[in-house]
Formats: sequence, structure tokens, C-alpha cells
Amino acid sequence: MKKHLTLAMFALLALPAAQAQDKPKVNAATLEKYTRAMWPKTPDGWEKRITYDETQAICSQYRNELPQAEFEKVKARELATVKLPADGNVLGDWKKGRSTANNGRGGTFTDRPMENGANCYACHQMDKAELSYGTLGPSLLNYGKDRKFAPEEARATYAKIYNSMAVFPCSSMPRFGYHGFLTEAQMKDLTAFLFDPESPVNK
Amino acid sequence: MKPRLIAIAALAAGVVLAMPHHAAAQTPVDTEKELEKYRQMMSDPMSNPGFLNVDRGEALWGTKRGTKNVSLETCDLGKGPGKLEGAYAELPRYFADTDKVMDLEQRLKHCMEAIQGLDTADVVKRRFGREGQISDMEDLVAFIANKSSGMKFNPQVTHPKEKEAYAVGEALFYRRSDFMDFSCSTCHSEDDRRIRLQGLPNLVKAKGKDVQATMGSWPTYRVSQSQLRTMQHRLWDCYRQMRTPEPVYLSEGLTALTLFLVKQAEGGELQVPSIKR
Repeated sequence: MKKHLTLAMFALLALPAAQAQDKPKVNAATLEKYTRAMWPKTPDGWEKRITYDETQAICSQYRNELPQAEFEKVKARELATVKLPADGNVLGDWKKGRSTANNGRGGTFTDRPMENGANCYACHQMDKAELSYGTLGPSLLNYGKDRKFAPEEARATYAKIYNSMAVFPCSSMPRFGYHGFLTEAQMKDLTAFLFDPESPVNK
Repeated sequence: MKPRLIAIAALAAGVVLAMPHHAAAQTPVDTEKELEKYRQMMSDPMSNPGFLNVDRGEALWGTKRGTKNVSLETCDLGKGPGKLEGAYAELPRYFADTDKVMDLEQRLKHCMEAIQGLDTADVVKRRFGREGQISDMEDLVAFIANKSSGMKFNPQVTHPKEKEAYAVGEALFYRRSDFMDFSCSTCHSEDDRRIRLQGLPNLVKAKGKDVQATMGSWPTYRVSQSQLRTMQHRLWDCYRQMRTPEPVYLSEGLTALTLFLVKQAEGGELQVPSIKR
């Protein structure tokens, strides 16, 4: 149990509106001045990483509780980014998925270049034999079994891993495929870990 | 006393390093109980290695350095030149001489440069201690924060620049960014949540017990790192885990975030240096 990073949770609670009133406010330009000073330049090799996009901006502004119209707008925009595997097969190797789900390494400014872990257990319960799991997201025990191992559910799950906000705008879960944090093969392995009848998730 | 302290520290480090193996076989509740027992055992100043930093910081505060060959003893941390009691409980705050809101480390850097004529490049380079490298900043913060131990936070949000910093800090807390889409609030906005087995404090509930206990226990001796750490390091490590680029040490955004968190912890009591995993 080292320092593991957080993944998913749906619908964070924002401060009640009344509590947010009567407080000093800041405009976007001022905030940007501060963040530029915190991160003045993109580190070598990080040029392709998205640092701040429209969806992040609106989720930050509304503290993840979007008005309905914005919710639909973000959902449509994010949905348009989802790329399913070309051959339509979303199920990889569940055993590899098991280790990717348990791997919390990669991607920090102190990590050497390596394959990124998905770190699912930071937030989710999965295999019930793994006791070191977080509670920021829902338990995923019996995930595939509960969905009757349906192929369309597996595809929806792949899409959710690819871009959680295409399913639920401002979800706490990272958009793993959209950001290129995980590879297609890794996301297929994770989907198999959730959907294979032999996977410990469904035992 | 020193060899004894070090022996205890080494023993304690062994206990904690060994913990993950036991943790896997225990329920989270048992683990938390064990950690609490351990924290109580280590909260005795005689056995908390963080007090070595306090002692070193005290010596450094009175040491003549820099081109002017003077000590830091005339440095004004907000309560008047050389007044240390309660200073940390009111930081970050606005300083008229620099026209800036500063946290303790920014202020110390300013005093080193302005009063001592010290080239602080080396101090900044050694900002985080490790084996074979002592951090002046960590030592000084331990010493000065300890002079507010037992006191309650008295956050300063009256000057327009303090208000701006507070508002920026709050916005930063909720600002989702980078390729994991995380913000501070992703982990710290609900009660009783865990990341893996590690409990996460709810920092959103103003004057809540979580935010008060969290902010009231920094600086702290991190047993897992065998170093005393300050809030600058804590935020550096949070952003590291959020997969952002490395935030610039002493940047104003970090101070803004600290001011927001201190304000959230208003009324909470400092017990520092504490000791943590």
C-alpha cells in the first residue's frame, strides 16, 4: 500500500450554493496568471499531454454539477472523442487486465518513462481477494455477471474507460483513452477483467 | 539523547515499513487502529525525530550567514521583527514590504536575501531533505511552526491581496486539469473515503474535524520518508500524484492554496511537528 492515485467516482458534491456566496471571487484571467507561474513551461516529452481543456474548465467552474443544458453539451462533445477498437473486439486478456488494474505507477513527474498503470483499486473494489481497495468509486464486484456478460455492455464499459465523461460529464474518473494515458490493448484487457466469466471479478 | 532518538526512529521506521504486509491481511479498521496506536506512541516529543529538525532550525535561526553576516533574528514573520510565537498560526499573510501574500517558506527566503544577503539558490536546491542532504527550510519551518504549537489557526483574509489569494486557492482546489482530470476536490470532498487503504480527509467542510486535524498537523515527520515535511512538500506530492508537471517551489499558487486550506481549518489547533506515516 504505497501512494496510490485516485480514480473514479461519479457526481462529487459541490459546496451548497448558499455557502459559496459572500466569498471573494476570482476571474479566469487571474487564476491563469497563478497557474502559469506554478507551471511555467511544459516539461520535455509532455507536449502531447492535455493540461487544461474546455470540459475541465466547465467541470471546475460548476464543481462537477453541471446544469442540464451544459451536461448534454459536454456529453455530446466527449462522446464524439470515443474510438472503439477497429475490429470491434473490446475484450483482451483478463489476466493482463488484472495486473494493469492493480498497477498505480507511471505518469508522475518523478517516474521514469514506463507503461502507465490504471490504478483501478485506488478507488474501486474489483477482485474480492484484493483487500487494498479505495472507496472513492463504486464497487465493481461481479461487474460482468451483473450485466449478464452482454457484448453491448462490454462495449459500453470500454467506452466508459476510454472517456468516462461521455457517459457521465464531470465524472471523477480519468478519461483514460481520450488522454492517451492507457493504450487500446490495456483498455481491452481491463474490459476483459470486468467481463470475462473466468475473471475473479465475477467469481 | 541523540543516539537514543535515532535508535527509536530507526525502530519506528522499521515498524511502518513492515506494515503493508500486515495491512493486507487485516481489515481497514484494524489497520487504522494500529496506526492510531502507533501515532500515539510516536507523539511523544522525546521520540519524534521531527524535534531534531526543531533543534537544528533553532540553531540556524541564530546563525550569522550571508554577505551581511547576520542572523535571521530580525526577520518579521508578521508579528514583528523576531517575534515567533503565534506567527505560523497566522500564515500565509500579506506583507507590506514585499506587497505580497507569503507563506512561511517564501518569507524565510525573502529574509535570507534581504536581511542576510544570502544567495538562496543553494537553500532552494536543498528544499526537500533526503539522505545526505539537510534542508534549511524544513528545519526552520519545524522550529518556527513549533512556536505556534498548541495555538489555534488565525487565518488572515482581510487585505485585498489576501482575499485574492484566498479566492485563487479555492478555485485551484476545484480546478481539474492535466491528463488525469484530477483536482484536489477529487479526493478531498467527502467524509470517510479511502484511496486504497489510506483514509482521505474531507477538506471541503469548513472548520470540519478533518481539515482542522490535517492542517493542524503540518509540518510533520514522515516516517515513510524519514524526513520532516512542510505543507510545500505536501502540495508538491499531491500534484505529483495528480500527474501534473512539477509545481514551482514557493510559487504564489501554492501559497494561495495553503491560505484557502488554513482558512478552511480556522479554529483548529496546531500540534507540530506531528508524526505521520
